Amino acid sequence: MALEHLFQTVRERFNKEGDASTGEARSRPEVPKDLMFKCPRCLGSTYTEEFEKNRKICKHCNYHSRLTWKERLLMTADRDSFVELDSRMISVNPIDFPGYEQKVRDLGEKCQTSEAVVTGECTVLGYKIVIGIMDSHFMMASMGSVVGEKITRAFEYAADKSLPVLLFTASGGARMQEGIISLMQMAKTSGAIAKHNEAGQLYITVLTDPTTGGVTASFASLGDIIIAEPKALIGFAGRRVIQDTIKQQLPDDFQSAEFLQESGFVDIIVDRKHLRKTVSRILEMHCYVKEGQLKGGEKA
Amino acid sequence: MTNQLTASERLMLIRDKNRPTVNDYIPLMFNRFMEFCGDRCYGDDKAILGGIATFPRLGNMPVTIIAQVKGRNIDENKRTNFAMPHPEGYRKALRLAKQAEKFSRPVICLVDTPGAFCGIEAEERGQGEAIARNLMAFMTLKTPVISIVLGEGGSGGALALAVCDELMMLENALYSVISPRGFASILWKDPTRESEAAELMKITAEDLLEFGVAERVIAEADGGAQNDARFTASNISDALEDALRKHCKTDTAKLLEARYEKFRKIGMFDFMEEESL
Ligand SMILES: [Zn+2]
Repeated sequence: MALEHLFQTVRERFNKEGDASTGEARSRPEVPKDLMFKCPRCLGSTYTEEFEKNRKICKHCNYHSRLTWKERLLMTADRDSFVELDSRMISVNPIDFPGYEQKVRDLGEKCQTSEAVVTGECTVLGYKIVIGIMDSHFMMASMGSVVGEKITRAFEYAADKSLPVLLFTASGGARMQEGIISLMQMAKTSGAIAKHNEAGQLYITVLTDPTTGGVTASFASLGDIIIAEPKALIGFAGRRVIQDTIKQQLPDDFQSAEFLQESGFVDIIVDRKHLRKTVSRILEMHCYVKEGQLKGGEKA
Repeated sequence: MTNQLTASERLMLIRDKNRPTVNDYIPLMFNRFMEFCGDRCYGDDKAILGGIATFPRLGNMPVTIIAQVKGRNIDENKRTNFAMPHPEGYRKALRLAKQAEKFSRPVICLVDTPGAFCGIEAEERGQGEAIARNLMAFMTLKTPVISIVLGEGGSGGALALAVCDELMMLENALYSVISPRGFASILWKDPTRESEAAELMKITAEDLLEFGVAERVIAEADGGAQNDARFTASNISDALEDALRKHCKTDTAKLLEARYEKFRKIGMFDFMEEESL
Protein backbone atom coordinates (compact mmCIF):
# COMPACT_ATOMS: atom_id res chain seq x y z
CA MET A 1 0.00 0.00 0.00
CA ALA A 2 2.86 2.34 0.79
CA LEU A 3 4.12 2.28 -2.74
CA GLU A 4 0.72 2.03 -4.30
CA HIS A 5 0.15 4.50 -7.11
CA LEU A 6 3.57 5.92 -6.49
CA PHE A 7 4.87 5.09 -9.92
CA GLN A 8 1.77 6.39 -11.51
CA THR A 9 1.91 9.60 -9.54
CA VAL A 10 5.52 10.21 -10.28
CA ARG A 11 5.07 9.26 -13.92
CA GLU A 12 2.12 11.58 -14.28
CA ARG A 13 4.06 14.42 -12.77
CA PHE A 14 6.95 13.57 -14.99
CA ASN A 15 4.83 13.61 -18.14
CA LYS A 16 2.99 16.72 -17.12
CA GLU A 17 6.24 18.48 -16.53
CA GLY A 18 7.33 17.79 -20.08
CA ASP A 19 11.03 18.23 -19.49
CA ALA A 20 12.53 19.09 -22.87
CA SER A 21 15.32 16.58 -22.43
CA THR A 22 13.06 13.57 -21.91
CA GLY A 23 10.69 11.29 -23.71
CA GLU A 24 9.89 12.06 -27.32
CA ALA A 25 12.50 14.73 -27.79
CA ARG A 26 15.21 12.28 -26.85
CA SER A 27 13.97 9.41 -28.95
CA ARG A 28 13.98 11.52 -32.13
CA PRO A 29 17.27 13.36 -32.03
CA GLU A 30 16.82 14.75 -35.56
CA VAL A 31 13.89 16.87 -34.41
CA PRO A 32 15.12 20.16 -32.93
CA LYS A 33 14.53 20.44 -29.19
CA ASP A 34 11.79 22.65 -27.92
CA LEU A 35 12.83 26.24 -27.94
CA MET A 36 11.62 26.92 -24.43
CA PHE A 37 11.92 25.15 -21.09
CA LYS A 38 8.78 25.51 -19.03
CA CYS A 39 9.47 25.12 -15.32
CA PRO A 40 7.19 22.60 -13.56
CA ARG A 41 7.53 24.46 -10.28
CA CYS A 42 6.95 28.13 -11.17
CA LEU A 43 5.70 27.64 -14.75
CA GLY A 44 8.19 30.27 -15.91
CA SER A 45 9.76 29.91 -19.37
CA THR A 46 13.40 30.08 -20.34
CA TYR A 47 15.05 29.66 -23.76
CA THR A 48 16.33 26.10 -23.89
CA GLU A 49 19.81 27.24 -24.84
CA GLU A 50 20.00 29.57 -21.86
CA PHE A 51 18.47 26.93 -19.59
CA GLU A 52 21.05 24.35 -20.63
CA LYS A 53 23.91 26.80 -20.21
CA ASN A 54 22.58 27.44 -16.71
CA ARG A 55 23.04 23.72 -15.85
CA LYS A 56 19.32 23.08 -16.38
CA ILE A 57 18.32 25.29 -13.46
CA CYS A 58 15.21 27.47 -13.72
CA LYS A 59 16.40 31.08 -13.65
CA HIS A 60 13.11 32.22 -12.15
CA CYS A 61 12.75 29.95 -9.12
CA ASN A 62 16.03 27.99 -8.93
CA TYR A 63 14.33 24.60 -9.50
CA HIS A 64 17.12 22.17 -10.34
CA SER A 65 15.66 20.07 -13.09
CA ARG A 66 16.45 16.46 -13.98
CA LEU A 67 19.70 15.52 -15.64
CA THR A 68 20.81 12.50 -17.61
CA TRP A 69 23.60 10.52 -16.01
CA LYS A 70 26.03 11.89 -18.60
CA GLU A 71 25.11 15.49 -17.88
CA ARG A 72 25.51 14.84 -14.17
CA LEU A 73 28.84 13.16 -14.63
CA LEU A 74 30.17 16.03 -16.75
CA MET A 75 29.11 18.53 -14.11
CA THR A 76 30.57 16.54 -11.24
CA ALA A 77 33.68 14.56 -12.14
CA ASP A 78 37.07 15.93 -13.17
CA ARG A 79 37.50 15.61 -16.92
CA ASP A 80 38.52 12.14 -18.13
CA SER A 81 38.73 10.82 -14.57
CA PHE A 82 35.72 8.49 -14.73
CA VAL A 83 36.12 4.74 -14.94
CA GLU A 84 32.84 2.85 -14.99
CA LEU A 85 32.16 -0.27 -12.89
CA ASP A 86 29.85 -3.10 -13.95
CA SER A 87 28.79 -1.36 -17.16
CA ARG A 88 27.58 -4.56 -18.79
CA MET A 89 25.22 -5.71 -16.05
CA ILE A 90 21.70 -6.04 -17.35
CA SER A 91 18.25 -7.00 -16.04
CA VAL A 92 16.52 -10.32 -16.53
CA ASN A 93 12.86 -11.06 -15.98
CA PRO A 94 12.36 -12.69 -12.54
CA ILE A 95 8.55 -12.91 -12.65
CA ASP A 96 8.21 -13.15 -16.45
CA PHE A 97 6.47 -9.82 -16.67
CA PRO A 98 5.29 -9.45 -20.28
CA GLY A 99 7.55 -7.24 -22.36
CA TYR A 100 9.89 -6.36 -19.51
CA GLU A 101 13.19 -7.44 -21.07
CA GLN A 102 12.45 -5.66 -24.34
CA LYS A 103 11.55 -2.48 -22.49
CA VAL A 104 14.80 -2.54 -20.58
CA ARG A 105 16.82 -3.12 -23.77
CA ASP A 106 15.06 -0.27 -25.59
CA LEU A 107 15.61 2.14 -22.73
CA GLY A 108 19.23 1.08 -22.56
CA GLU A 109 19.77 2.23 -26.11
CA LYS A 110 17.92 5.46 -25.59
CA CYS A 111 19.66 6.36 -22.34
CA GLN A 112 23.07 4.95 -23.32
CA THR A 113 23.35 2.88 -20.20
CA SER A 114 22.33 -0.68 -19.45
CA GLU A 115 20.38 0.32 -16.35
CA ALA A 116 19.01 3.14 -14.19
CA VAL A 117 22.20 3.69 -12.23
CA VAL A 118 25.74 4.24 -13.46
CA THR A 119 28.55 3.58 -10.99
CA GLY A 120 32.28 4.05 -11.15
CA GLU A 121 35.37 5.69 -9.83
CA CYS A 122 36.38 9.27 -10.54
CA THR A 123 37.97 12.34 -8.98
CA VAL A 124 36.24 15.53 -7.85
CA LEU A 125 38.66 18.47 -7.68
CA GLY A 126 41.36 15.87 -7.29
CA TYR A 127 39.73 13.74 -4.60
CA LYS A 128 39.20 10.13 -5.57
CA ILE A 129 35.69 8.84 -4.92
CA VAL A 130 33.28 6.08 -5.88
CA ILE A 131 30.34 7.73 -7.63
CA GLY A 132 26.82 6.52 -8.41
CA ILE A 133 24.36 8.41 -10.56
CA MET A 134 20.72 7.40 -10.96
CA ASP A 135 19.03 8.48 -14.16
CA SER A 136 15.29 9.10 -13.93
CA HIS A 137 14.97 8.86 -17.73
CA PHE A 138 15.45 5.11 -17.36
CA MET A 139 12.14 3.72 -16.04
CA MET A 140 11.94 6.49 -13.45
CA ALA A 141 15.18 5.04 -12.06
CA SER A 142 13.22 2.37 -10.26
CA MET A 143 15.31 -0.13 -8.30
CA GLY A 144 15.46 -3.69 -9.55
CA SER A 145 18.19 -6.32 -9.25
CA VAL A 146 20.73 -4.45 -11.35
CA VAL A 147 20.36 -1.13 -9.56
CA GLY A 148 20.61 -2.93 -6.21
CA GLU A 149 23.56 -5.04 -7.26
CA LYS A 150 25.52 -2.16 -8.83
CA ILE A 151 25.06 0.01 -5.76
CA THR A 152 25.97 -2.88 -3.45
CA ARG A 153 29.12 -3.58 -5.46
CA ALA A 154 30.02 0.11 -5.46
CA PHE A 155 29.89 0.21 -1.64
CA GLU A 156 31.82 -3.05 -1.30
CA TYR A 157 34.45 -1.73 -3.71
CA ALA A 158 34.67 1.57 -1.84
CA ALA A 159 34.98 -0.19 1.53
CA ASP A 160 37.73 -2.38 0.12
CA LYS A 161 39.67 0.55 -1.40
CA SER A 162 39.01 2.92 1.54
CA LEU A 163 37.15 5.38 -0.65
CA PRO A 164 34.21 7.67 0.06
CA VAL A 165 30.96 7.25 -1.88
CA LEU A 166 29.02 10.07 -3.54
CA LEU A 167 25.60 8.94 -4.67
CA PHE A 168 23.11 11.02 -6.67
CA THR A 169 19.67 9.57 -6.00
CA ALA A 170 16.55 9.80 -8.16
CA SER A 171 13.87 7.16 -8.22
CA GLY A 172 10.22 6.27 -8.41
CA GLY A 173 10.90 3.46 -5.92
CA ALA A 174 11.18 -0.29 -6.19
CA ARG A 175 10.82 -1.82 -9.66
CA MET A 176 7.65 -3.83 -9.22
CA GLN A 177 8.09 -5.61 -12.57
CA GLU A 178 10.75 -7.66 -10.76
CA GLY A 179 8.43 -8.59 -7.89
CA ILE A 180 9.75 -9.31 -4.39
CA ILE A 181 13.36 -9.39 -5.65
CA SER A 182 13.19 -5.62 -6.14
CA LEU A 183 12.08 -5.10 -2.54
CA MET A 184 15.02 -7.16 -1.31
CA GLN A 185 17.44 -4.73 -2.98
CA MET A 186 16.56 -2.23 -0.26
CA ALA A 187 17.91 -4.61 2.36
CA LYS A 188 20.90 -5.63 0.27
CA THR A 189 22.08 -2.06 -0.39
CA SER A 190 21.51 -1.08 3.25
CA GLY A 191 23.69 -4.00 4.30
CA ALA A 192 26.50 -2.90 2.00
CA ILE A 193 26.26 0.63 3.38
CA ALA A 194 26.54 -0.80 6.90
CA LYS A 195 29.81 -2.48 5.88
CA HIS A 196 31.17 0.68 4.28
CA ASN A 197 30.11 2.53 7.42
CA GLU A 198 31.89 0.05 9.68
CA ALA A 199 35.00 0.51 7.55
CA GLY A 200 34.91 4.15 8.66
CA GLN A 201 34.35 5.53 5.17
CA LEU A 202 32.29 8.57 4.29
CA TYR A 203 29.01 8.34 2.38
CA ILE A 204 27.46 11.48 0.91
CA THR A 205 24.04 11.34 -0.75
CA VAL A 206 22.74 14.02 -3.06
CA LEU A 207 18.96 13.78 -3.27
CA THR A 208 17.78 14.98 -6.67
CA ASP A 209 14.38 15.36 -8.26
CA PRO A 210 12.51 13.01 -7.71
CA THR A 211 13.70 10.70 -4.90
CA THR A 212 10.83 8.57 -3.59
CA GLY A 213 9.59 5.17 -2.39
CA GLY A 214 11.95 2.32 -1.70
CA VAL A 215 15.03 4.36 -2.53
CA THR A 216 14.10 7.00 0.04
CA ALA A 217 13.40 4.10 2.43
CA SER A 218 16.89 2.68 1.93
CA PHE A 219 20.20 4.09 0.69
CA ALA A 220 19.01 7.66 -0.03
CA SER A 221 18.35 8.23 3.67
CA LEU A 222 21.50 6.58 4.98
CA GLY A 223 24.19 9.09 4.04
CA ASP A 224 26.53 10.41 6.73
CA ILE A 225 25.86 13.72 5.06
CA ILE A 226 22.65 14.30 3.12
CA ILE A 227 22.66 17.01 0.48
CA ALA A 228 19.61 17.93 -1.59
CA GLU A 229 19.13 19.98 -4.74
CA PRO A 230 16.84 23.01 -4.56
CA LYS A 231 13.13 22.27 -5.09
CA ALA A 232 13.69 18.53 -5.57
CA LEU A 233 10.71 16.30 -4.78
CA ILE A 234 11.73 13.93 -1.97
CA GLY A 235 9.44 11.62 -0.05
CA PHE A 236 8.37 8.11 0.80
CA ALA A 237 4.76 7.92 -0.35
CA GLY A 238 3.42 9.47 -3.53
CA ARG A 239 1.59 12.74 -3.27
CA ARG A 240 -1.62 11.33 -4.69
CA VAL A 241 -1.63 8.32 -2.39
CA ILE A 242 -1.41 10.66 0.57
CA GLN A 243 -4.10 12.91 -0.84
CA ASP A 244 -6.35 9.89 -1.37
CA THR A 245 -5.66 8.65 2.16
CA ILE A 246 -6.25 11.89 4.03
CA LYS A 247 -8.80 13.37 1.61
CA GLN A 248 -7.38 16.86 1.64
CA GLN A 249 -5.13 19.01 -0.52
CA LEU A 250 -1.45 19.15 0.26
CA PRO A 251 0.59 22.34 0.40
CA ASP A 252 2.68 23.03 -2.73
CA ASP A 253 6.02 22.72 -1.00
CA PHE A 254 5.09 19.37 0.60
CA GLN A 255 7.94 16.86 0.06
CA SER A 256 10.24 19.52 -1.37
CA ALA A 257 13.93 19.54 -0.45
CA GLU A 258 13.22 22.63 1.63
CA PHE A 259 10.38 20.89 3.48
CA LEU A 260 12.64 17.92 4.17
CA GLN A 261 15.37 20.18 5.54
CA GLU A 262 12.89 21.93 7.81
CA SER A 263 11.64 18.54 9.03
CA GLY A 264 15.20 17.54 9.87
CA PHE A 265 16.05 15.04 7.15
CA VAL A 266 18.47 17.00 4.96
CA ASP A 267 21.76 18.54 6.08
CA ILE A 268 22.30 21.09 3.33
CA ILE A 269 20.67 22.25 0.14
CA VAL A 270 23.38 22.97 -2.39
CA ASP A 271 23.18 24.70 -5.76
CA ARG A 272 24.58 22.70 -8.65
CA LYS A 273 27.25 25.24 -9.37
CA HIS A 274 28.65 24.89 -5.84
CA LEU A 275 28.43 21.12 -5.57
CA ARG A 276 31.97 20.19 -6.64
CA LYS A 277 33.43 22.72 -4.21
CA THR A 278 31.13 21.62 -1.39
CA VAL A 279 31.91 17.94 -1.88
CA SER A 280 35.66 18.53 -2.10
CA ARG A 281 35.61 20.62 1.09
CA ILE A 282 33.74 17.88 2.92
CA LEU A 283 36.23 15.29 1.65
CA GLU A 284 39.14 17.46 2.77
CA MET A 285 37.64 17.82 6.23
CA HIS A 286 37.30 14.04 6.45
CA CYS A 287 41.02 13.68 5.82
CA TYR A 288 40.83 12.31 2.30
CA VAL A 289 43.87 13.25 0.22
CA LYS A 290 44.00 14.60 -3.32
CA GLU A 291 45.18 12.28 -6.07
CA GLY A 292 48.24 13.65 -7.87
CA GLN A 293 47.58 16.65 -10.07
CA LEU A 294 44.16 18.24 -10.55
CA LYS A 295 43.02 17.50 -14.07
CA GLY A 296 40.46 20.23 -14.47
CA GLY A 297 36.91 19.39 -15.39
CA GLU A 298 34.29 21.98 -16.03
CA LYS A 299 34.97 25.54 -14.97
CA ALA A 300 33.64 26.31 -11.51
CA MET B 1 1.32 -32.07 1.78
CA THR B 2 1.36 -29.11 -0.58
CA ASN B 3 -0.90 -26.12 -0.52
CA GLN B 4 -3.18 -26.19 -3.56
CA LEU B 5 -4.61 -22.70 -3.17
CA THR B 6 -3.88 -20.03 -5.77
CA ALA B 7 -2.35 -16.72 -4.74
CA SER B 8 -5.68 -14.94 -5.06
CA GLU B 9 -7.44 -17.56 -2.95
CA ARG B 10 -4.81 -17.01 -0.28
CA LEU B 11 -5.37 -13.28 -0.62
CA MET B 12 -9.01 -13.88 0.36
CA LEU B 13 -7.94 -16.07 3.27
CA ILE B 14 -5.57 -13.53 4.80
CA ARG B 15 -8.25 -10.87 4.55
CA ASP B 16 -10.68 -13.09 6.49
CA LYS B 17 -11.73 -11.12 9.53
CA ASN B 18 -11.40 -14.23 11.66
CA ARG B 19 -7.78 -14.80 10.73
CA PRO B 20 -5.77 -14.88 13.97
CA THR B 21 -3.63 -11.85 14.74
CA VAL B 22 -0.61 -11.33 16.99
CA ASN B 23 -3.01 -10.77 19.87
CA ASP B 24 -4.15 -14.37 19.43
CA TYR B 25 -0.72 -15.87 18.84
CA ILE B 26 1.35 -14.17 21.54
CA PRO B 27 -0.52 -15.69 24.51
CA LEU B 28 -0.54 -19.10 22.80
CA MET B 29 3.21 -19.07 22.13
CA PHE B 30 4.80 -17.09 24.96
CA ASN B 31 4.54 -16.56 28.69
CA ARG B 32 4.65 -13.38 30.76
CA PHE B 33 4.44 -10.97 27.84
CA MET B 34 5.12 -7.45 29.06
CA GLU B 35 4.46 -4.57 26.66
CA PHE B 36 7.02 -1.77 26.36
CA CYS B 37 5.92 1.50 24.78
CA GLY B 38 7.35 4.43 22.90
CA ASP B 39 10.20 5.40 20.64
CA ARG B 40 11.67 7.90 23.15
CA CYS B 41 11.51 10.60 20.46
CA TYR B 42 7.94 11.28 19.51
CA GLY B 43 5.30 8.85 20.74
CA ASP B 44 3.94 5.34 20.93
CA ASP B 45 2.62 3.77 17.75
CA LYS B 46 -0.02 1.12 18.44
CA ALA B 47 0.41 -0.38 14.97
CA ILE B 48 3.53 -2.01 16.37
CA LEU B 49 3.38 -3.90 19.62
CA GLY B 50 6.68 -4.50 21.39
CA GLY B 51 7.92 -6.01 24.59
CA ILE B 52 9.56 -8.97 26.26
CA ALA B 53 8.25 -12.43 27.04
CA THR B 54 9.54 -15.89 27.76
CA PHE B 55 9.45 -18.78 25.33
CA PRO B 56 8.38 -21.94 27.15
CA ARG B 57 9.71 -24.26 24.45
CA LEU B 58 13.25 -23.26 25.38
CA GLY B 59 13.11 -23.28 29.17
CA ASN B 60 11.34 -19.94 29.32
CA MET B 61 14.16 -18.15 27.57
CA PRO B 62 13.55 -14.37 27.47
CA VAL B 63 12.88 -12.97 24.00
CA THR B 64 12.00 -9.58 22.55
CA ILE B 65 8.82 -9.47 20.50
CA ILE B 66 8.09 -6.85 17.86
CA ALA B 67 4.74 -7.32 16.14
CA GLN B 68 2.47 -5.54 13.69
CA VAL B 69 -1.06 -5.48 15.04
CA LYS B 70 -4.11 -6.01 12.87
CA GLY B 71 -7.29 -5.25 14.72
CA ARG B 72 -10.04 -7.83 15.12
CA ASN B 73 -12.77 -5.23 14.83
CA ILE B 74 -13.17 -1.64 13.75
CA ASP B 75 -12.33 -0.17 17.18
CA GLU B 76 -9.13 -2.15 17.44
CA ASN B 77 -8.25 -1.20 13.89
CA LYS B 78 -8.75 2.46 14.65
CA ARG B 79 -6.34 2.09 17.53
CA THR B 80 -3.74 0.17 15.54
CA ASN B 81 -4.27 2.04 12.26
CA PHE B 82 -4.94 -1.25 10.42
CA ALA B 83 -1.36 -2.29 11.21
CA MET B 84 0.10 0.51 9.12
CA PRO B 85 2.94 1.93 11.21
CA HIS B 86 4.14 5.52 11.43
CA PRO B 87 7.86 6.33 11.73
CA GLU B 88 7.68 6.22 15.54
CA GLY B 89 6.52 2.59 15.27
CA TYR B 90 9.65 1.66 13.35
CA ARG B 91 11.78 3.67 15.76
CA LYS B 92 10.20 1.87 18.72
CA ALA B 93 11.01 -1.41 16.98
CA LEU B 94 14.62 -0.36 16.59
CA ARG B 95 14.87 0.79 20.19
CA LEU B 96 13.61 -2.57 21.42
CA ALA B 97 15.89 -4.45 19.04
CA LYS B 98 18.89 -2.54 20.38
CA GLN B 99 17.75 -3.34 23.91
CA ALA B 100 17.55 -7.01 22.96
CA GLU B 101 21.08 -6.81 21.58
CA LYS B 102 22.38 -5.34 24.83
CA PHE B 103 20.83 -8.12 26.89
CA SER B 104 21.52 -10.91 24.37
CA ARG B 105 17.90 -11.76 23.76
CA PRO B 106 16.76 -13.01 20.36
CA VAL B 107 14.30 -10.78 18.51
CA ILE B 108 11.08 -12.26 17.15
CA CYS B 109 9.35 -10.06 14.55
CA LEU B 110 5.75 -10.89 13.69
CA VAL B 111 4.98 -9.29 10.33
CA ASP B 112 1.42 -8.51 9.30
CA THR B 113 0.89 -5.18 7.54
CA PRO B 114 -0.56 -3.78 4.32
CA GLY B 115 2.40 -1.36 4.38
CA ALA B 116 3.83 1.66 6.14
CA PHE B 117 1.28 4.45 6.58
CA CYS B 118 1.08 7.15 3.91
CA GLY B 119 0.22 10.55 5.36
CA ILE B 120 1.45 14.06 6.00
CA GLU B 121 2.75 13.40 9.50
CA ALA B 122 4.41 10.16 8.42
CA GLU B 123 6.35 12.13 5.80
CA GLU B 124 7.16 14.99 8.18
CA ARG B 125 8.57 12.57 10.70
CA GLY B 126 10.58 10.71 8.07
CA GLN B 127 8.86 7.46 7.13
CA GLY B 128 11.57 6.74 4.57
CA GLU B 129 14.38 7.47 7.00
CA ALA B 130 12.82 5.33 9.73
CA ILE B 131 12.53 2.29 7.45
CA ALA B 132 16.00 2.80 5.99
CA ARG B 133 17.52 3.08 9.47
CA ASN B 134 15.93 -0.22 10.49
CA LEU B 135 17.20 -2.02 7.39
CA MET B 136 20.76 -0.93 8.13
CA ALA B 137 20.59 -1.47 11.89
CA PHE B 138 18.97 -4.90 11.75
CA MET B 139 21.59 -5.99 9.24
CA THR B 140 24.25 -5.57 11.94
CA LEU B 141 22.21 -6.31 15.07
CA LYS B 142 24.36 -8.59 17.22
CA THR B 143 21.63 -11.00 18.30
CA PRO B 144 19.51 -13.51 16.37
CA VAL B 145 16.49 -12.10 14.54
CA ILE B 146 13.65 -14.35 13.34
CA SER B 147 10.83 -12.82 11.29
CA ILE B 148 7.53 -14.57 10.67
CA VAL B 149 5.00 -13.32 8.12
CA LEU B 150 1.58 -14.14 9.56
CA GLY B 151 -0.66 -12.69 6.86
CA GLU B 152 0.20 -9.68 4.76
CA GLY B 153 3.81 -8.74 4.14
CA GLY B 154 3.31 -5.36 2.52
CA SER B 155 6.35 -3.84 0.90
CA GLY B 156 8.92 -1.68 2.73
CA GLY B 157 6.60 -1.48 5.72
CA ALA B 158 7.05 -5.24 6.20
CA LEU B 159 10.71 -5.36 5.20
CA ALA B 160 11.57 -2.94 8.03
CA LEU B 161 10.82 -5.85 10.40
CA ALA B 162 12.13 -8.59 8.13
CA VAL B 163 15.89 -8.10 7.92
CA CYS B 164 16.57 -11.31 9.79
CA ASP B 165 18.53 -14.55 10.06
CA GLU B 166 15.54 -16.60 9.07
CA LEU B 167 12.28 -15.59 7.41
CA MET B 168 9.30 -17.86 7.97
CA MET B 169 5.94 -17.66 6.24
CA LEU B 170 2.64 -19.09 7.34
CA GLU B 171 1.56 -21.22 4.40
CA ASN B 172 -1.13 -18.80 3.23
CA ALA B 173 0.78 -15.61 4.00
CA LEU B 174 1.87 -13.36 1.14
CA TYR B 175 4.85 -11.04 0.89
CA SER B 176 5.13 -8.58 -1.96
CA VAL B 177 6.72 -5.37 -3.20
CA ILE B 178 3.28 -3.83 -3.69
CA SER B 179 -0.25 -5.15 -3.20
CA PRO B 180 -1.66 -7.03 -6.22
CA ARG B 181 -4.27 -4.31 -6.54
CA GLY B 182 -1.62 -1.61 -6.64
CA PHE B 183 0.39 -3.62 -9.14
CA ALA B 184 -2.61 -3.97 -11.45
CA SER B 185 -3.66 -0.36 -11.18
CA ILE B 186 -0.19 1.00 -11.85
CA LEU B 187 1.17 -1.36 -14.46
CA TRP B 188 -2.09 -2.16 -16.23
CA LYS B 189 -4.15 0.89 -15.23
CA ASP B 190 -6.84 -1.55 -14.13
CA PRO B 191 -7.27 -2.39 -10.43
CA THR B 192 -9.93 -4.99 -11.26
CA ARG B 193 -7.16 -7.26 -12.59
CA GLU B 194 -6.08 -7.82 -8.99
CA SER B 195 -6.27 -11.64 -9.04
CA GLU B 196 -4.38 -11.84 -12.30
CA ALA B 197 -1.67 -9.70 -10.72
CA ALA B 198 -1.61 -11.90 -7.62
CA GLU B 199 -0.91 -14.97 -9.77
CA LEU B 200 1.77 -13.25 -11.83
CA MET B 201 3.69 -11.56 -9.01
CA LYS B 202 5.07 -14.72 -7.33
CA ILE B 203 4.16 -13.75 -3.79
CA THR B 204 3.26 -17.05 -2.11
CA ALA B 205 5.33 -18.80 0.54
CA GLU B 206 6.50 -21.36 -2.04
CA ASP B 207 7.58 -18.61 -4.47
CA LEU B 208 9.55 -16.90 -1.72
CA LEU B 209 11.28 -20.14 -0.76
CA GLU B 210 12.32 -20.53 -4.36
CA PHE B 211 13.70 -16.98 -4.57
CA GLY B 212 15.70 -17.55 -1.37
CA VAL B 213 13.75 -14.79 0.37
CA ALA B 214 12.09 -17.15 2.88
CA GLU B 215 13.66 -20.16 4.61
CA ARG B 216 10.68 -21.97 6.05
CA VAL B 217 6.95 -22.44 5.47
CA ILE B 218 4.74 -23.13 8.48
CA ALA B 219 1.59 -25.22 8.08
CA GLU B 220 -1.71 -23.67 9.08
CA ALA B 221 -4.79 -25.51 10.26
CA ASP B 222 -6.83 -27.24 7.53
CA GLY B 223 -8.63 -24.61 5.50
CA GLY B 224 -6.61 -21.78 7.04
CA ALA B 225 -5.27 -20.48 10.35
CA GLN B 226 -8.69 -19.13 11.36
CA ASN B 227 -9.97 -22.70 11.77
CA ASP B 228 -7.57 -23.51 14.59
CA ALA B 229 -5.36 -20.76 15.99
CA ARG B 230 -4.02 -23.05 18.71
CA PHE B 231 -2.82 -25.63 16.20
CA THR B 232 -1.26 -22.94 13.99
CA ALA B 233 0.43 -21.31 17.00
CA SER B 234 1.88 -24.64 18.01
CA ASN B 235 3.34 -25.07 14.52
CA ILE B 236 4.88 -21.60 14.70
CA SER B 237 6.38 -22.49 18.07
CA ASP B 238 7.87 -25.68 16.61
CA ALA B 239 9.54 -23.74 13.82
CA LEU B 240 10.69 -20.99 16.18
CA GLU B 241 12.13 -23.48 18.63
CA ASP B 242 14.12 -25.12 15.89
CA ALA B 243 15.38 -21.81 14.47
CA LEU B 244 16.35 -20.40 17.86
CA ARG B 245 18.22 -23.57 18.80
CA LYS B 246 20.25 -23.17 15.66
CA HIS B 247 20.85 -19.40 15.64
CA CYS B 248 21.34 -18.81 19.38
CA LYS B 249 24.37 -21.05 19.46
CA THR B 250 25.96 -19.52 16.36
CA ASP B 251 28.93 -17.27 17.01
CA THR B 252 27.88 -13.61 16.50
CA ALA B 253 30.40 -12.84 13.76
CA LYS B 254 29.27 -15.91 11.81
CA LEU B 255 25.63 -15.04 12.39
CA LEU B 256 26.09 -11.55 10.92
CA GLU B 257 28.12 -12.84 8.02
CA ALA B 258 25.37 -15.33 7.15
CA ARG B 259 22.69 -12.65 7.51
CA TYR B 260 24.59 -10.37 5.12
CA GLU B 261 25.05 -13.21 2.64
CA LYS B 262 21.39 -14.17 2.80
CA PHE B 263 20.43 -10.77 1.38
CA ARG B 264 23.62 -10.22 -0.61
CA LYS B 265 22.85 -13.10 -2.94
CA ILE B 266 19.27 -12.04 -3.76
CA GLY B 267 19.09 -10.59 -7.24
CA MET B 268 18.80 -11.83 -10.81
CA PHE B 269 20.83 -10.25 -13.57
CA ASP B 270 22.97 -10.98 -16.57
CA PHE B 271 25.86 -9.42 -18.44
CA MET B 272 25.77 -8.04 -21.98
CA GLU B 273 28.16 -9.33 -24.56
CA GLU B 274 31.14 -7.07 -25.21
CA GLU B 275 30.06 -6.22 -28.77
CA SER B 276 26.57 -5.03 -27.81
CA LEU B 277 28.04 -2.09 -25.91
ZN1 LIG C 1 10.96 27.74 -11.99
